Amino acid sequence: MKPELVSSESPKGMTPVVKTVTRFAMGIVFMFGWYIILYGHLTPGGGFAGGTILACGYVLLTLAFGKEVALGKMSDRWASIIDNSAAFLFVATGLVGIAFGYFFLNFPPHGEPFDLVSAGVIPWYNIIIGLKVTSSLFAIFLALSIFGRFVSKLVEEAEEEE
Amino acid sequence: MILYFLTLVLFVMGVYCLIAKKNIIKKIIGLTITDYAINLFIIIIGYRAKGIAPIMFKDMTVQELAEYGVDPLPQALVLTSIVIGLGVLSLMTAICLRLYEKYKTFDMGEINRLKG
Amino acid sequence: MVETFLFVLLIFMIVGSIVAIETKNMLSSVISCGIVGSALSVAFLILGAPDIAITQVVVEILILVILIRATITIDNTQIEAHWDTFAVVSSLIFFGLFLVFAFLAVQELPPFGQPLLKVSKEYLQTGLQKTGAANIVTSIILDFRGYDTLGEATVLFVSILGSFVLLRRRGRKRRTEADTEKVGILSEEEIREDYGDLRE
Repeated sequence: MKPELVSSESPKGMTPVVKTVTRFAMGIVFMFGWYIILYGHLTPGGGFAGGTILACGYVLLTLAFGKEVALGKMSDRWASIIDNSAAFLFVATGLVGIAFGYFFLNFPPHGEPFDLVSAGVIPWYNIIIGLKVTSSLFAIFLALSIFGRFVSKLVEEAEEEE
Repeated sequence: MILYFLTLVLFVMGVYCLIAKKNIIKKIIGLTITDYAINLFIIIIGYRAKGIAPIMFKDMTVQELAEYGVDPLPQALVLTSIVIGLGVLSLMTAICLRLYEKYKTFDMGEINRLKG
Repeated sequence: MVETFLFVLLIFMIVGSIVAIETKNMLSSVISCGIVGSALSVAFLILGAPDIAITQVVVEILILVILIRATITIDNTQIEAHWDTFAVVSSLIFFGLFLVFAFLAVQELPPFGQPLLKVSKEYLQTGLQKTGAANIVTSIILDFRGYDTLGEATVLFVSILGSFVLLRRRGRKRRTEADTEKVGILSEEEIREDYGDLRE
């Protein structure tokens, strides 16, 4: 990550006010997202909500600093790799349950209720789904905003030439 | 009763937007509003008077939760439905971008006319 | 109390959706749609569903960002209303009939605040003991009804696949050795090359 990209004076992205606030808020947003994911089996939340919050964090990075900074954190190739491997891990964990009985069996010991590491396989599923939702929603945003913008720019140029 | 009916009114307005409006973005908005109305309808059916969220706390017995908790099954279904709605919306937006690239307009009547 | 508050919220949502549907300016239309979603999140919160309230409010923000960034900034022209009289009149007649029958049908539903709870009492009573998760909703979506979540993940996956296939014209180029170091999205020139036949 080049430091000049995240500085307030960088010409890309929005105004310095937005950049400064984003720099303060980013840590809180990501911490809150991971909290929602990891405590999903004890408090309101879970993989879907936390993953969407993390995706919103990346979207905020993209909007405030321009696409280079966000792509440095998570490029579209890494987003698709994480997406695919999370989907694979989800099915694979379900298949492991067959060895103990049936598909999607909650096979590990459940542990003490109200502990962070409890409820068997549910926190693990939460983390997987959080990763999957994060990467896939950010990939959708990248595809729509960046690829879509090139489409519009080229359409304008083609019209000008005519 | 009146709450169910108002939710259905919201649903009908979404479908009206889907049918009668010419702008494709307006159609997407109509589908989103329909989605909201259906989600709200399902959750309202599962509500119990003076109910609490279906989450256990340490100083609470299972009997208390079973007596006062709202219905958790519609909540689980709606949680899935919300994220699917987002996926469907992004796919529709992608299709709209391709249509714009081809016909250079978001107007449905214009697109029908250009298609011949 | 909850019923009154919900009534006010639903009226607010209906007014918001009227604005979203009928206004000419696309930006205010999209933002009114966001208002409806935020009110929906408050409604979920007072109906005892904090899980969905969190998810809804975040998803709503993403919907706003996607709609504004991807569509409104490309083309914000106001489309003149050329009324399709047949579609409007027939849909209005149909919706009138639909609302009449809906009014009759909702009389048969269980009254507000008294759900049937035939299946889910079992979940409430045995959820903690069977799965060990304190949040019963999480235990349902990830343990009792895991197939639902599998299908949901599949739908999300397919929708992303569809978006990428639709937005990339020729798919990824076969990369040479010099390209493998470059992590990330295609450069502007490469995309220009990929979209080159647009001008023809």
